[in-house]
Amino acid sequence: MATLEDYVARVEGTCGAEKDVIVVFKYEKKDEAIANIMKRAKMKNSIAGIIFELTFQDLSFRLYTSGKAIFRSIKDREELNRILASLLL
Amino acid sequence: MFEKSREKVAHFINARNSSEAIFVRGTTEAINLVAYSWGLNNLGAGDEVLVSLMEHHSNIVPWEITSKIKGFTIKYANVNSDGTLDYDDFESKFSSKTKIACLSHVSNVTGIINDVKRIAKAAHDYGALMLVDGAQSVPHLKVDVQDLDADFLAFSGHKMLGPTGIGVLYGKKDLLDKMSPFQGGGEMIKEVEFAQESGRCGISWNEPPWKFEAGTPNICGAVGLMEAVKYLEAIGMDDVLSHEKELTNYALERMKECSKVTLHGSSDLSIKCGIIPFSVQGLSSHDVALLCDNYGIMIRSGFHCAQPLHQQVFKLQSSARASFYIYNTTGEIDRFVEVLKEFEQL
Repeated sequence: MATLEDYVARVEGTCGAEKDVIVVFKYEKKDEAIANIMKRAKMKNSIAGIIFELTFQDLSFRLYTSGKAIFRSIKDREELNRILASLLL
Repeated sequence: MFEKSREKVAHFINARNSSEAIFVRGTTEAINLVAYSWGLNNLGAGDEVLVSLMEHHSNIVPWEITSKIKGFTIKYANVNSDGTLDYDDFESKFSSKTKIACLSHVSNVTGIINDVKRIAKAAHDYGALMLVDGAQSVPHLKVDVQDLDADFLAFSGHKMLGPTGIGVLYGKKDLLDKMSPFQGGGEMIKEVEFAQESGRCGISWNEPPWKFEAGTPNICGAVGLMEAVKYLEAIGMDDVLSHEKELTNYALERMKECSKVTLHGSSDLSIKCGIIPFSVQGLSSHDVALLCDNYGIMIRSGFHCAQPLHQQVFKLQSSARASFYIYNTTGEIDRFVEVLKEFEQL
């Protein structure tokens, strides 16, 4: 059974007052991660098919084909893991 | 090779003698060395340390930590809304209580070049020392410690084409002679003699710079830094600065074409190196950095380790920062601006 660790290489808290969270997907699993997320989240906008502005459970985030995603207004790591699990697994 | 490296970097900043160049891990360790080695022995209640609001955290935190230990006061000089130093405020904060003034030569957020020579003179007029954070100046312009009359200058190898984990603290010899060691271990001692009577070891210190270099040094790092210095010298620091100013001028002009981009800080090229802080309307700096990353363009986002400048002066939650060095081209700036324009679709 797949776990978050199969997809997520690391999570970085950003430096700045915004406290955004950047999720970096494992290179070898990034295409699969992006496909899973695109299936489950709703697309609001995209730039040239490489940057996607998405919403999921009232949460807005951006996904990049480079294998990174930036989440805003995440309360804590627990909430992030819950969202990622819903999007990826 | 290690001592040749020392001679090379000492000559690069026009130190009087290579013994005035101490190898450290980087600018942060260099400033910590001064805060602990000099500060703990020379500062106390009633004394004042003067810094500016534009400092990198590495020129704030060591002083805040040691002030808790020794009870001295830290005074922060204001920065104008365009990111330039408020010289009048800085100079007005000097008093007979001031023991050291600490100022970045070039801001790592705005690229603004501070007149550290002027502040050094003011410090010396009050009998205070002058520490210059040269992390962003030594790689980008000609720095002459004798001309600046800096008592201490700190800089890092990795910002000037050298390896990570190596940097330099320059200190005037008479100061280094009087200072206590920073860390204990091999190389920094002359003798460690066990006395039967006391059951303790009597220790005498080595001469500077070795007094401050406990343990096995980063030899590879020092040699790498020497090679980086040779490379920069071959180009010439005047040409390095001139190339950066040309790129900065070009980028400033081109970035004005982007309707959602706001530039922060002074654009006066006469006082600026190749750093441009900016924001994009409707996007956090991290969004901007990731968007650029997706196009193979690396910029930095966040506070850039200068939270007081962002919050107290610019009133920003963070900023994006484009920066240029000798390897960048106007073609890359064109590509960067094209990408910024794509953001306008969001």
